[in-house]
Amino acid sequence: MLDVRGLRVEFGGRTAAVRGASLRVSKGETHCLVGESGCGKSVTALAVMNLLARGAKRDAEVLSFAGQDLLRLSDSRMSRLRGDRMAMIFQEPMTSLNPAYTVGSQMTEVLRRHRGTPRAQAVDRAAELLGLVGITAPGMRLGQYPHQLSGGLRQRVMIAMALMCDPELLVADEPTTALDVTVQAQILRLLATLRRDLGLGILLITHDLGVVARVADRVSVMYAGEVVESAPTAELFAAPRHPYTRGLLRCVPVPGKTRRGEPLGSIPGVVPRIPPGFRGCAFRDRCEHAAPNCAGAVPRRPAGPEHEFLCTLPADWTLREAAA
Amino acid sequence: MTAAPAIEARGLRRVFRVRQGLFAEPRQVVAVDDVSFSVPAGSVLGVVGESGCGKSTLARLILGLLPPSAGDVLVDGKRLAELDRRARARLIQPVFQDPFASLNPRRRVKDIVAMPLAAQGDVPSAAMASRVAEMLARVGLSEEQGERYPAQLSGGQRQRVAIARALVLRPRIVVCDEPTSALDVSVQAQILNLLAELRRELGLTYLFISHNLAVVEHVASEVAVMYLGRIVERSEAEALFRAPGHPYTRALLASVLTPEPGLGVPDVGLGDAMPDPANIPPGCRFHPRCPQAFDRCPREAPAAWATAGGFAECHLLEPTAPAGLAGAGASQRQLAR
Ligand SMILES: Nc1ncnc2c1ncn2[C@@H]1O[C@H](COP(=O)(O)OP(=O)(O)OP(=O)(O)O)[C@@H](O)[C@H]1O
Ligand SMILES: Nc1ncnc2c1ncn2[C@@H]1O[C@H](COP(=O)(O)OP(=O)(O)O)[C@@H](O)[C@H]1O
Ligand code: SF4
Ligand code: SF4
Ligand SMILES: [Mg+2]
Ligand SMILES: [Mg+2]
Repeated sequence: MLDVRGLRVEFGGRTAAVRGASLRVSKGETHCLVGESGCGKSVTALAVMNLLARGAKRDAEVLSFAGQDLLRLSDSRMSRLRGDRMAMIFQEPMTSLNPAYTVGSQMTEVLRRHRGTPRAQAVDRAAELLGLVGITAPGMRLGQYPHQLSGGLRQRVMIAMALMCDPELLVADEPTTALDVTVQAQILRLLATLRRDLGLGILLITHDLGVVARVADRVSVMYAGEVVESAPTAELFAAPRHPYTRGLLRCVPVPGKTRRGEPLGSIPGVVPRIPPGFRGCAFRDRCEHAAPNCAGAVPRRPAGPEHEFLCTLPADWTLREAAA
Repeated sequence: MTAAPAIEARGLRRVFRVRQGLFAEPRQVVAVDDVSFSVPAGSVLGVVGESGCGKSTLARLILGLLPPSAGDVLVDGKRLAELDRRARARLIQPVFQDPFASLNPRRRVKDIVAMPLAAQGDVPSAAMASRVAEMLARVGLSEEQGERYPAQLSGGQRQRVAIARALVLRPRIVVCDEPTSALDVSVQAQILNLLAELRRELGLTYLFISHNLAVVEHVASEVAVMYLGRIVERSEAEALFRAPGHPYTRALLASVLTPEPGLGVPDVGLGDAMPDPANIPPGCRFHPRCPQAFDRCPREAPAAWATAGGFAECHLLEPTAPAGLAGAGASQRQLAR
């Protein structure tokens, strides 16, 4: 349904934020894009939605949604698609909620704009969706302003608003990062239900490997603007190949698994800013396996039928290391 | 005779008056409600709970940054209220969540770290410079980074600066309020490892606040679970994670999404009735969200009952509670509080 190949985004010739990223989302599939902050996840999402800041340069080999070439779509056709067949939700709900209007008027406006739905019908739909996202008194909430709602309720309102036109694809950028774990669990369950019941395809951006493990069908790990590893979820956690993926997994404390009081694994250093024209593996100054050839061309290696990683190490290096 | 606990809170309470509109009656927000605990020297008390439950308010009370409405804080056996600022700073220091907001943007890193020393007023400048250099090295910052401004550092490096500043006076106690919540997991791991190392080497005591239970499990020896201003369960850490006594603790633990594929997202069963500290429910304050609430809960506030590793405030733990409902393994007697 969503097909992205070789996506590139540059900002003013100084920063190459996305460098040849590829990913696909099928109907009813949740694809997670994971990585540290600054590695290009949000820019990828904004590039797909054509919502990049002015001055950003977007380019791709393929960028298509449900058979339509998004690279050639006019701005007005793209904005008709957005909020209609593909919708986006952001980490901070207030970026898409207008503080000056009630929840009800903002939600109905979406339907009226895209579909010309009469007001009374749009209100019914809004109330129905608020119920669907687990809000117990939809009628009351429709009359409230965003600032009168808790963070968790706002996030649910935003999800409900994104669903007004029955989108086929939902792009969710860190939708639960700012929420309590209890509310996060509720929102993620909701997304899983929508995927199952409505066949919604979801591109879910997160930096939380716990979220990835529990909701994703497929995972792409992003580092410095590149997808460095991509695999079905179970396989990625069972047999990660890229040194960055392996490093990330070692950093996470897991109750009952990581030894209390013992140091956690960690990755030294931080995500670098990559200028256009950069060559070689961007992870090499943090990688414990870095070798001189990592500064040259880095191959994308298959590690299974649907599993690839971007690294100079051979596909079976983890097995060899374990045997040694 | 045993040594005094590093931190002791006695019946701490803090009320804020907030006005919602120009003409509205001011309402009372009870941010911290009758909180008592003690932290033995050299240990780590983890504090967990949802946003708004009073964790940061508790931290500020313990640091003496906010006066309590009632109750007392003792640090190293001394009443906080009777210590002057300088004496307090030598005993207890904070590390906050957002290192950017807590570091002066117009000062160089080495001057920021020197501030607590300068505020003491009696440290010679040569001694000051060498203490700062030593501290920067200790938290993994280079001399060159000491010359920079906060904006020129990454989030993790800024948190190292905040830790160096907190430790430069060699305090006994550090209050960490969400010290890694703004950081990536990779950087979080670096900072947690550093805090653990420093605690061991310098014999520090931590009050460690976090909404991330997996992090708390990793660092804390004891855990306090807060709900709407009260500690509803306190327990030795290992026992809390193995056998939580309070239904709220169980819900929090169930919400932790460990990186284990195939388990899905649990149904936490809390509904959408969000807690409001300006409107604390009668009886058990958790009852509107509690999946196990029964007729007694809205009427009667639960007492503290013993659990495997401490106590929890829930009627179900009372020895006379309906059979089969009581928490497993609890030695059931009411605690004298
Ligand atoms: N200065 C203040 N004036 C009025 N109300 C306050 C003040 N400080 C805190 N509160 C209220 O007290 C309650 C507890 O706040 P506190 O900051 O301690 O929560 P917290 O547990 O640290 O939350 P978080 O996880 O979001 O940091 C909240 O309802 C908050 O709005
Ligand atoms: N409008 C912009 N102008 C210049 N650089 C930007 C802009 N937006 C993002 N970037 C840069 O692009 C890179 C990727 O950012 P982003 O996609 O936001 O990361 P994240 O993975 O945390 O979502 C970062 O180096 C960021 O500083
Ligand atoms: S290409 Fe080299 S530096 Fe990059 S991840 Fe692989 S081994 Fe490490
Ligand atoms: S006292 Fe009642 S409402 Fe409160 S936690 Fe126990 S069962 Fe739930
Ligand atoms: Mg982002
Ligand atoms: Mg706080």
